[in-house]
Parts: sequence; structure tokens; C-alpha cells
Amino acid sequence: MTGAAIPAPPSREVELTIDGRQVRVPEGTTLLQACRSVGIDTPTLCYLETLTPVNVCRVCVVEVEGSRALVPACSRPVEPKMVVHTDSERVRHSRRVVFELLASSVDLSLAPARVREDMARYGASPERFGPRAARVAQPVKVDNELYVRDYSRCILCYKCVEACGADAQNTFAIAVSGRGFGATIATEFDHPLPDSACVYCGNCIGVCPTGALMFKSEHDMRAAGTWDESRQTVTETICGYCGVGCTLQLRVQDNSIVRVTSPLDHDVTSGHLCIKGRFGFQFVQNR
Amino acid sequence: MDLHLIPSAVPSSEERAAIDAALGTCAADRQWLLPALHAAQERAGWISEGALNYICERLSVPPADAYGVASFYALFAMAKRPRAVAHVCDDIACRVNGAEALCGALEARLGKPGEPLPGASATWLRSPCQGHCERGPVALVQIAGPNPVNTTVTAATIESILGSLAGSTFEPRATSQPPSRVRATAGQANNGEGDSWIAAPQTTVPEWRPGLRLLRRVGVVDPASLDDYRAHGGYAALRRALDVGPEGVLREITESRLLGRGGAAFPTGRKWEAVAHAAVRPHYLICNADESEPGTFKDRVLMEEDPFALIEAMTIAGYATGCETGYVYIRAEYPRATSRLAHAIERARLRGLLGDDVMGAGVRFDIQIRRGAGAYICGEETALFNSIEGKRGEPRNKPPFPVQAGLFGKPTVINSVETLANVLDIVSQGGPAFSRIGTAASSGTKLFCVSGCVERPGVYEVNFGALLGDLIEFAGGVRGGRRLQAVLLGGAAGVFVTPDELGMPLTFEGTRAQGAALGSGVVMVFDDSIDLGDIVHRIAAFFREESCGQCVPCRVGTIRQEELVHRLRAGAPMGSAAAELALLDDLAGAMRDASICGLGQTASGAIQTAMRKLGVFGATKS
Ligand SMILES: Cc1cc2nc3c(=O)[nH]c(=O)nc-3n(C[C@H](O)[C@H](O)[C@H](O)COP(=O)(O)O)c2cc1C
Ligand code: SF4
Ligand code: SF4
Ligand code: SF4
Ligand code: FES
Ligand code: FES
Repeated sequence: MTGAAIPAPPSREVELTIDGRQVRVPEGTTLLQACRSVGIDTPTLCYLETLTPVNVCRVCVVEVEGSRALVPACSRPVEPKMVVHTDSERVRHSRRVVFELLASSVDLSLAPARVREDMARYGASPERFGPRAARVAQPVKVDNELYVRDYSRCILCYKCVEACGADAQNTFAIAVSGRGFGATIATEFDHPLPDSACVYCGNCIGVCPTGALMFKSEHDMRAAGTWDESRQTVTETICGYCGVGCTLQLRVQDNSIVRVTSPLDHDVTSGHLCIKGRFGFQFVQNR
Repeated sequence: MDLHLIPSAVPSSEERAAIDAALGTCAADRQWLLPALHAAQERAGWISEGALNYICERLSVPPADAYGVASFYALFAMAKRPRAVAHVCDDIACRVNGAEALCGALEARLGKPGEPLPGASATWLRSPCQGHCERGPVALVQIAGPNPVNTTVTAATIESILGSLAGSTFEPRATSQPPSRVRATAGQANNGEGDSWIAAPQTTVPEWRPGLRLLRRVGVVDPASLDDYRAHGGYAALRRALDVGPEGVLREITESRLLGRGGAAFPTGRKWEAVAHAAVRPHYLICNADESEPGTFKDRVLMEEDPFALIEAMTIAGYATGCETGYVYIRAEYPRATSRLAHAIERARLRGLLGDDVMGAGVRFDIQIRRGAGAYICGEETALFNSIEGKRGEPRNKPPFPVQAGLFGKPTVINSVETLANVLDIVSQGGPAFSRIGTAASSGTKLFCVSGCVERPGVYEVNFGALLGDLIEFAGGVRGGRRLQAVLLGGAAGVFVTPDELGMPLTFEGTRAQGAALGSGVVMVFDDSIDLGDIVHRIAAFFREESCGQCVPCRVGTIRQEELVHRLRAGAPMGSAAAELALLDDLAGAMRDASICGLGQTASGAIQTAMRKLGVFGATKS
């Protein structure tokens, strides 16, 4: 070790082996980023670039030689001389079973196509737990005019909790409650949202990967059978409510705005908005 | 963050007073959440919206967050219920002792668990193991009110539970002042209400006493008397520690080759060295007294009968590793151990054995007790940190390890009660002397919790190297002279072994060689009258109930596993028993490999071995 007085170079490189390939990445990089840097595709569900990794879904697990259990690629920093396998029998097995467990317990039909592709890639067959496998069954919560919560689609990825809390909104209106298979996202005592701290920024909707949180406009159209993505266009604009300059992506169907998002990589928003940008269109439209 | 409280939910004046009393003038910090929730629960019998609101206001915690924490713990009720509740253990050791019949009788008198009859003043609930397995069936009776009652009913009957629920057997007494009892001679079985020292049968037989180290003072000293403790050699080890200095203590511990007794068998010396030499300050010490592995009760006996020994050992540990604050995290199902320990801490403080100037040597060290609230997972070290910090008891991903970033993100030593109990002899007699006891790879003595179908269930201390069969014989053999069917080694997280494996040496290396592990020292014996399918079913339910729910393989895997066992038990397998076993193996592989913590990683071992080695559910023996 050199003396503490000499500052370390800002980013030292770490060399490791992934699937037999030598990889050099800056210190502090996660295994997921290292895999991606060399084009190794790794499934993720609870990971999002803009949020602190919670490493709970476990679909990203990889095998690190010398480690008894598999490790989550999304949160594990690289270490010098690590030898990593991303497609070993153990990795494939765990990923397959994790997808099966999820799909046998929650409704993934509105999850991105990527999830179905991953399930096919690992040969997941959720039916094998039988027709009576317990599901996270809950009635849809429709308790306000802006968005609905359907926790029968919730994979407990914690993203909404993080977005509502310290990672973005700092409102802390929702948290994980209960435990085990009975754990669920809830407000205090499961009160309706209008009684909670929620400020309707919609940031939780923006990060939810499974459609468990949804604009009420979209929910109503789906219920009425009028939701039709082939008739939808997305237009980018800058929110005019204040001077911050958030980029909005307006999804429009039949001349109506049906959903508003902001790009994750937008340096002003990181995907997060406030009630005006997110839901302000309703005031415009419903005049 | 603007704190948004629940509109118009106010606490009763009693709730407010109880919460204020628990919090005193502490800062608005969420680490006081658990103590505040306990105060509310014990006053009103549930966590009302008003009480939660008030706690949130005082500690500046968002209500959704506090609700998420409170609802994590089994002993906090989030809906109103009668003030008197019996939590009746229906776990594996108690099942062998008639727990189901007791539950049936309770249902006839009080209605279904958690569904009190209209106007009833009491209700009952089923509970996992409460750590009194040697005297099952067991119930924790809690009565909320101005003088809350928390008591364990052992060898429980319908009458004793109903009597306790009615409050009839309780004289109100301050919880931190256990009555001082002087034991004349060990061996004189005193059948007065629940003497815990007879849970260690070796202490009652004079010829057996000389071999005891960890149990040396059990049944001999008065646990309420510091003078008695000192008269029996207490505080000689701390004196020696102060003489040899922190580095000297670290050397003794390392040379003793002591391995952690909490399950992971990690070298204690390495752990202590890492924290002692960590640059980041402060350092924290934690005694893990959560002891919730089904079938485990040794730490309870140590804490109830020799509480000063734990305090002395923690003081030495804190001194050696540079910690000024130690925590004992103790499960809520141990009311007597808690009150005895609290009392002992007070005495030690008064005599200058804890505080700003320990033994006049200028050493600063003090101990706080934190009570769990009904969650097995909080025994996992990182879940325990989160629990003390006032968060949900969800394990953290490792690395970082506790010695790097543990409690409050600081370097932390965490050891089990039994590990710490060994420290006294190591420091007094020297590490090398200690290392010569037992075997080359397992030094010292080990406490085993022998329960189930044996003549004399209890805590036994043997040198490492004793054979499984010898230990069972020591406990009087299979009760009633029946035939041995199986032994569960290591608890629900352990494995079943067969009568053919009684020659297994009870060492870390000896059990590992046979695909088993000592775990927390559980040796649960099942005779040929026991329906092992029922036991396996209860184990599957245990893991489903106790999974924290954080990671998918365990949250969903444990319920799929329980469903699978349920089908087999109902005689309705999908396909065949062999097909179900294959499915179980698939599930187990993913749970072992991809779960965050040891709970999910070990949740299938007992069930797999019961099916494979014992042919439970008719799956082919291999
Ligand atoms: C699910 C689970 C429960 C645990 N429960 C306990 C416990 O009740 N007491 C304990 O000492 N260790 C328990 N442990 C082990 C702790 O994580 C930790 O390894 C131990 O406290 C370290 O102390 P030691 O080195 O003295 O053994 C548990 C581990 C897991 C995975
Ligand atoms: S809309 Fe915003 S404030 Fe409301 S729950 Fe979602 S993230 Fe939290
Ligand atoms: S509601 Fe959506 S974002 Fe929130 S935990 Fe569930 S799946 Fe994740
Ligand atoms: S393995 Fe189970 S108990 Fe451990 S973190 Fe995962 S869900 Fe929680
Ligand atoms: S993406 Fe890594 S654990 Fe979920
Ligand atoms: S106390 Fe009932 S099984 Fe341990």
C-alpha cells in the first residue's frame, strides 16, 4: 500500500473473467454493468439505473467462483480476478425457477415483452406448480381519479417504494407491509391513497415494470376494450407548467393523451415528474 | 420530507403516556420504533392508528413506513383484539408433547385462533417455537394494560392457559426485579413455578457437575445476585482481560480457535480482529439472543440462570474490539431472561462494572437490551441490524459484511450468547488451554438442546467429539423404551438423520462429513409413534410463515414447497411422490443458490432428507 497522502487515481481498472473472456472495467462497476459492457445480456426485474439496487428479484444471479451461493449481478461490485459464469447450469436453473415462481403467483401479462422472451430463453413453465398454486390475488384498488393499483400484478420489486421515497419523491406514501408471501405494497393501515401522503407525482407508475400501477385513463380504456397500442403515437415535449424544463413523452390515442412519462436518461428528470407534468393533461382534456 | 400523519387519528391518553414513558426524551430517531411499538402494544393490546400516528410524530417517521415495520412482526396486532392473548406453540417439539390436542381444547373454549368469540376478553393464536421445547406444550400469555403481563406457561394445560389469560396466577411485580432465590444444593429439584435451571439436567446431578464449563454456575448461583456471581468466580476474567489489554484478549480468542455457535461456525477471533482494527468509528457489539430456531433453548437457560456471565463476556468483547455500546437483541418470547438480564445490567451499572469507568480502568462500555417482536428472521445478523435500526427485519445482501458495515453502517461484532459464554474461560485459562478441549477442528464444549421423545429433555454440555447416540443416551434414551425413528439435527434449518447415523461425531467437521450441520445445537428425537409427515408439514409451514418476503426464491419458493408437502400429505401428489420429490429438488436448488440469506438457502434440507432418507410420503429411499 502506498501512503494515504497520495490520492488514488480517480478510477482504477479492475480485471476479471466473465464467461471465459478477460474484461477490464473501472473499479466500482457492478457485474451487471460489466456484463453489459461486453454485450452479455442479463435479465433484470428489480433493477433500474435511476434507483438504488435492492437485489431482491434474483433473476440476474450469476455464478462467481469461490462463492457458495450465486450472487446478484445488479448490485455486486466487480473485484479483481473474479471468475464469473453467467450461463452455467446453476445460473440457468435458478433463473428459470425464479421466473416460474413469479409467473405462477402474479399476473405478468402486462409486463414488457422482454419478460416473456426471458422465460422462453430459460424454459420456464410456471404450470408445473399445479393449478392450485396460491396467487397474489387482490381486487384492483381504484380510490382516486388519477391512477389505479392492481397488486395482483405486483412482483414486489420495491421500485415504487424507492421512487416514492428517498430515491426521488421523498414523500414516503407507500411501503412494503406484512411479510412473506403476504407482503404487499401499502399505505398506512392500507388506507385509500387520498387519505395518505401521496401527492400524485406518478413516479411510482413510471417505474412499475408490470402494470400493477397504471394511469386510470389507461385502466378505464383497457376495461372498456378500447386500449389499442397500434393506434397510439408518442410525442416528446417540454412541460410548460414551470421553468424546470422536464421532458414529457405524451402517449396519444384518438386525439387524447392516455399516458405521460419522461425518459429515464433525461438529465433533468431521471424519469420522474410532478403531478402537473404527469397528470396535468387531464385538466386540459377534461375542461 | 413533510411528515403527513393520518388525519384525525389520536392516541388515547393511556397510549400516549405509555409511548412517552418508553421514549423519554430520546431524539426523533427511528431506532426507537420497536421500543415505542412494544409500549403501544403492551398498553392497548394492539397498534391503533392513533398510537402509530403519535409514534410517527415523535420519531419523525412516515406512517406508511412505520406501518410497514409494525406489520412485519407477528407479535404486533394491527387490528383491535382482546387484551389477553395466548400464543400457543404448535411447533415441532410441542407437537410431540400434545400441542394439537391443546389447540383443539382451546378452540372449543375460546373459538378459532384469532377469531375471538363475541364479547370475549381473551383470544389465542398459534405460534412457532418459543424456545422452551424441553417443557412443552408452551404458551406465551400476554395481557395488555397498565401493568402488562408477559409470561411463559410451560407444560401447559387448558386450565393453566385459561387461568393465565384470566390473570389469576399473577402477582404484579416490577419486571426488572426478579425475586432473589438462593439455591441450597443443586440436585434438589424445586418444582416451584418454572425453575429454568432444571432445564439443564446435568446441573441437578452432583457427579455430572465437574465436567461443566458453560453450565458451571447454572442452578448454583442466584441469578439476581452480583455478589453471588462474584463469589463463584465472576469478573475474574474481565480483571485478566484488563491486565493483558485488548491485543492480549484478541490473541487468546484467536488461539482458542473458538468457532461461532450461532450456526455459521465462523472463527470468532477473526471477527474480533477485523472490528478491533477497523478504522471507521464507532464500533458496535451485538449479542444475538434471538434464538428462534425451532428446538433451540440453550441461550435462554444461560441468560436466565447466569445473566452476569453474559454481561461480563460482552464487556470483555467490547473492550477487545473497541466498542463502547453493546446491544442484546433478545426475542420477545423470553420475558424471564429479559427481566433477569435487565436486572443484572442495572446491578452491574450500580457497581461500576458497566458505564463510563468499568472497574475503575477508564474503560467505557454499556449495554442496551432490544426486544424482538416475533420474527425468526431477525436472528439473521443483518436482519437484526435492520430491526434495531427501526426498519423491516429484512436481511441485507453481503458483502459488505458486518465487520465492515454492520449496525448503523459501522463495524460490528455480532456473536451468539453461547459463543460469548465461552469467552470467560478462554480469557481466564488462556486460548491454548481451551483449544485442547474437544477435537482439532472443533475446540471447546458445546451445548445441545435435546428435545422430543427422550426421557430427560434439556440442555446438555459435552466436549466436542461426543457421538450423537451417546448424547441421546445421556438424555435417558428414547422415552418409554420405544424405538427411535429419526433425529432432527440443527433444527428446522437442519436435516433429519436416521437411527443408522447415531455414530456421527457431534463436531463441526464430523457432521459436515455426513451432509449435516450442528446448526444451533438442536437434537430433536422422534420415536416410532410420531407421524413424521405431520412434522415435515409443520416445518414447511414454518418457513412459509417466517420468510421475510424480500426475495422471490424464498417468498414464493417456501409457499410452493408447503403446497407440495400438503399434496403429499393429503395423498394427492401431482404425478407421483417421486415426481414431487424431483420438483422439490428443483425448488430447493434455486432457493439454496439464489436466496439472499440462510433462511431460504436452508428451507428445504429437512424436508428433502425426510423424504430421501426416511421415506416419508413414500418417496423412494435412496
Ligand atoms: C434465518 C437465520 C436465523 C438465525 N438465527 C440466529 C439466532 O437466533 N441466534 C444466533 O446466534 N444466530 C442466528 N443466526 C446466525 C447469525 O446470522 C450469525 O451468524 C450469528 O449470530 C453469528 O454469531 P456467532 O459467530 O457467535 O455464531 C441465524 C441465521 C439465519 C440465516
Ligand atoms: S404518486 Fe408519487 S407520491 Fe403518490 S405513491 Fe406514487 S410516488 Fe408516491
Ligand atoms: S407495484 Fe409495481 S413497482 Fe411497486 S413493487 Fe409492485 S411491481 Fe414493483
Ligand atoms: S431468503 Fe427468505 S428470509 Fe432471506 S432475504 Fe430472502 S425472502 Fe427474506
Ligand atoms: S435485477 Fe438483480 S436481483 Fe433483481
Ligand atoms: S417451544 Fe414449542 S417447539 Fe419449541
